[in-house]
Amino acid sequence: MSTAAPPAPTAPPTPKAPSIGARARKVLQARETGIILAFLVVLAVTTAINPSFLFSTDGWRDLFLTPSILVVLAVGQAIVIITRSVDLSQGSVLGLVAYATGRMFVDTGLPLVVVLLLGILLGVGLGLINGALVAFAKVPALVITLGTLYVYRGIMMSWAGSDRINASDIPRDLLSFGTSSILGIPSLAWISFLVLGVGAYLMGRTRGGREMYAIGSDPDAATLYGLKKTQRTLVAFAASGGLAGLAGVMYVARYGTISSGAGLGIEFEAVGAAVIGGVAIFGGSGTIFGAAVGAYLLMTINRGLPILGIQDFWQRAVVGLLIIAAIVLDKVLRERQHKKLLAERDAA
Amino acid sequence: MTSLIHPSDSATEKLTRTYRDHQRPLWQRALLNRDVAVWAALVAVFLYASATVPFFDRPITITYLLLDVAPILLIALPMTLVIITGEIDLSVASTVALASVSFGVLYDKGTPILLAAVAALLVGLVCGALNGFLVTALGLPSLAVTIGTLALYRGIAVGLLGTTAITDFPDTWTDWARGRIGDSDIPSIMIPFAVLAVLFIVLLHFTAFGRGVYAIGLNEGAARFSGIRVERTKLLLFVLTGVVSALAGIYYTLRYGSARGDNANGMEMQVIAAVLLGGVSIFGGRGALPGVIAGVLLIGAIGSALRLADQTADVINIVTGLLLVVAVVGSSVLGWVSSKRRRRGAPEPRSSTTPPGTPTPGTTKADTDVPVGEREREDR
Repeated sequence: MSTAAPPAPTAPPTPKAPSIGARARKVLQARETGIILAFLVVLAVTTAINPSFLFSTDGWRDLFLTPSILVVLAVGQAIVIITRSVDLSQGSVLGLVAYATGRMFVDTGLPLVVVLLLGILLGVGLGLINGALVAFAKVPALVITLGTLYVYRGIMMSWAGSDRINASDIPRDLLSFGTSSILGIPSLAWISFLVLGVGAYLMGRTRGGREMYAIGSDPDAATLYGLKKTQRTLVAFAASGGLAGLAGVMYVARYGTISSGAGLGIEFEAVGAAVIGGVAIFGGSGTIFGAAVGAYLLMTINRGLPILGIQDFWQRAVVGLLIIAAIVLDKVLRERQHKKLLAERDAA
Repeated sequence: MTSLIHPSDSATEKLTRTYRDHQRPLWQRALLNRDVAVWAALVAVFLYASATVPFFDRPITITYLLLDVAPILLIALPMTLVIITGEIDLSVASTVALASVSFGVLYDKGTPILLAAVAALLVGLVCGALNGFLVTALGLPSLAVTIGTLALYRGIAVGLLGTTAITDFPDTWTDWARGRIGDSDIPSIMIPFAVLAVLFIVLLHFTAFGRGVYAIGLNEGAARFSGIRVERTKLLLFVLTGVVSALAGIYYTLRYGSARGDNANGMEMQVIAAVLLGGVSIFGGRGALPGVIAGVLLIGAIGSALRLADQTADVINIVTGLLLVVAVVGSSVLGWVSSKRRRRGAPEPRSSTTPPGTPTPGTTKADTDVPVGEREREDR
């Protein structure tokens, strides 16, 4: 903070008492509220044009099913971004785990649950490799995960070669789980809700999570304060890898067919979802919930475009515009907040 | 301002030097650096591959190697400057695709091909200017901005053409793109590349502008106070990146004879991998163009050797990724070792090891650490 007071606009000081009104205003001003509103608007407009977008069995199911894999990835990505890193290898981890899971079904007679757990563990291991390289070699995560993006994808592709895993190789139980629903909501969506709930609790309410925010907002201060930066970085990457592994397992359950292109480029969508959801790319701010809503918004827009009469080729352009709009909005909000704080200080 | 190129001499001056690189005698600085290491690795790979991989020593291999890496070579030039300022541009491959599609669509609609090419370059200019505007005028982190424009430009490219492709380009143009210089084995595209390479090397290493680029990467605040126009420099670099990417896009279109929305998919990764492999620090402020050119050729040579040795593209991916990780981890470890060694001797004048705690590039110190309002004031 500067010591010299800038010529701030003379806004009246607003004495803050934690009242119900203030709390309501806080909810209304929260970044997540805006994203939820945007999501609801998209949903309302597309449904108005084509009611089956929401009110048919398929539409209702897809509303929850399509974003479920991306939600899981976005939660992991948000954790990493909050600690001021980024994980670009998520898509490759997803692909490698999906293929490994499929291979285990084909080649070994291991029980279903064991295979799934091994798949997730593989993801954790791959994430730990990223984390160790970032934490111990002190190399920026962008570079490391860019490298492992290639390496993991390459391992998967040279392992898979030209053959792919077909749905007939996957146990019936898993495939039927992938298409099943509980209480009218797809099972895979329930898994993503669970991940979201646990992730939001850990990051928002526990000491470890808050320490990650501290590390992300000022790494040097966090180190001086005695926070275990290395350990937290490792945990963040292990979480991101493990969640990408879980997403890989979900991919198998949902699609059954695994080719070498599984999860290709999905890391950018996960970063996009997190950024749109208000997780600032420099770390230290944003919520897990926001990232998940960002994923919902992205995927729903994707599905909604053809209904609005826009060819789905344009889908990526819309995603790009959204990401840019989100970061510009973030910047504007931060600047306003900053001005307000300065004004308050000057008035005091 | 010209401290890096000035032949600094002598041990007598040694103690007064405040810039670590200049404590060593000239021959050491000239030979024991990252650039030379990358060139040595390139030569080693070439010799080894020529000896062990059948057909690698044929001239045709060189021709195809250069044809294949030409777009990466081109884009790596401005990208090096961008990364040295501590920013990053992930949207280059999407710009390649958008320029390629605009070129194709305009030509298909009956525009004279030269005009279409110029228009494609303009498209690249606009793409780069948008990136630069968002980064410099609005002060947004380039990593986030260019992830956004990566999707945006690619999206427009795919949106314009869908899954169709435009393939009938005039033979004179496609032949030139695939052709060689006279009877030599060097592809014609190396002429524009050589011209650009010389221009960029002069710009970065022999002008005040280039010193400013390094200064911004080392300490943006200090650069600003010493009168370097940080915003203008960055904007210009992003625009240059856009234009050169568009040029690479036109070349890509002609070389493969097809304009498609998914052209050059994932090329941004290869470009960045090559630049970092060439010794440029992702934190900014360090690196040189000769090393980067060697880095691109190294990746290309390994790729082509592996292909000739009947390895698939996947193995090449693994090797590219491993090289990138080893290069950055290796230099980080080396920096740590040498800082340990120096600490035992004379006190170190200026810490060269990368500051811990700035893992995300594209957010330079000034971007992240200075409160928003303060930065704004600096801008004025």
